[in-house]
Amino acid sequence: MGYALNFNLIWRHFDKLWGGLLLSLELAVISIVIGIVIGLLLAVWYVSAGRVVRTVIAAYVEFIRNVPLILLVYLVFYGLPTVIDVAYSASTSFVLTLSLYSGAYLVEVFRSGLEAVPRGQLDAGKAIGLTPWQRLLHVRLPTMLRITLPALSNTFISLFKDTSVASVISVPELTYGAQWINFNTFRIVEVYLVVTAMYLLTGYALLYALRLVERRFRAAH
Amino acid sequence: MLGQIAYALPFLAEGFAVTLWVSLLVVVLSLVVGVVMGVGLVYGPAPLRWVVRIFSDTIRGIPILVLIFFVYYGLPAVGLRLESFWAAVLALTLFKTAQVIEYLRGAVGSIPKGQSEAAMAIGLTFRQRLTYVIFPQAFRRFLPPWINGVTDAVKGSALVSLLGITDLMQAINQVIGRTYEAMPLYILGALVYFAVNYALSLASRRLERRFSFIRE
Repeated sequence: MGYALNFNLIWRHFDKLWGGLLLSLELAVISIVIGIVIGLLLAVWYVSAGRVVRTVIAAYVEFIRNVPLILLVYLVFYGLPTVIDVAYSASTSFVLTLSLYSGAYLVEVFRSGLEAVPRGQLDAGKAIGLTPWQRLLHVRLPTMLRITLPALSNTFISLFKDTSVASVISVPELTYGAQWINFNTFRIVEVYLVVTAMYLLTGYALLYALRLVERRFRAAH
Repeated sequence: MLGQIAYALPFLAEGFAVTLWVSLLVVVLSLVVGVVMGVGLVYGPAPLRWVVRIFSDTIRGIPILVLIFFVYYGLPAVGLRLESFWAAVLALTLFKTAQVIEYLRGAVGSIPKGQSEAAMAIGLTFRQRLTYVIFPQAFRRFLPPWINGVTDAVKGSALVSLLGITDLMQAINQVIGRTYEAMPLYILGALVYFAVNYALSLASRRLERRFSFIRE
């Protein structure tokens, strides 16, 4: 044993961790926003589409869910530019990957949410003369969002944790900052203790905040 | 291109074997430890319950990658020498154990209290209550999510490539390093992972349907 904890070097380089944490949050927020758009569009399309479209959407969902995120990150960053003529930064590439990734999980969330909207609400919408489009926009989607809010916050928190994978393509988020300090100062135990605390505090603070939002918008029973 | 990939296939297959071996070790070890800790969480005295709760919430609150680096770089720093392979297995097992604890808590918690009370009333000991009354019923609730969760171990195992272990992920990267055929190899790798995990999730869904007759 005989390992003396010394946090001085961690505090000296704390900007790496703080900046990393902010970037992690930013990556997670942008990705979930794009993911929500993907998820909503595909879920609405899925519930009203024929067999072919359903199969294609299901294939996308199952593919993403059953492949390691790190492989998807490599595939988009190192693989895609070799076959199509695109150039993007590591962060853009990661946001693209994480958006497609969260989109796949959210299609499932929204689809089951849409199916959970009580039949009576849609009939009521029809009875007061709403067009199908109005029924979707003013009846089905708002109710569905209330139902899916808890799943949505869980997805966001796990995306926040998944941003750590961005470190493998050198996006300077929190885990990357941890590795930088690890390799440059060798205060290994200290840096991972601090980073663990940062992930935990942020994650549970987010969870608490999102639960408050959920309580505000709880679906009426 | 195809020739190069065909040439690399045995190497990739070795990597795949490592992926399966890591996943298997993690799944078995975490099952044993997780069930024991899960029983501790449900039936243990308060201090034990707190310890398990803090363990599970901490592990589930941090990214697996951080856990892997912490174990891999941190243990040697405090004087514990561990081969990178075992450091990776240890880290993934910790992560998976936390999941198993929660599956077990959920499964056992879903068994009506009356079952336990009835077992107590006919004079069964704690161990008998678990083995004859609670576990046989909780098993059906535990199995589908647990099998589905095995995919997390397989997917998580791809992160051990970052410790220089030649699993499927690392083997793919090494072959790409030599052949520059990034896209075909990543897609091949994705399909292999997909095949394994999709089979597992299908099995999970099928079991869930099979056990769906249980309604309270």
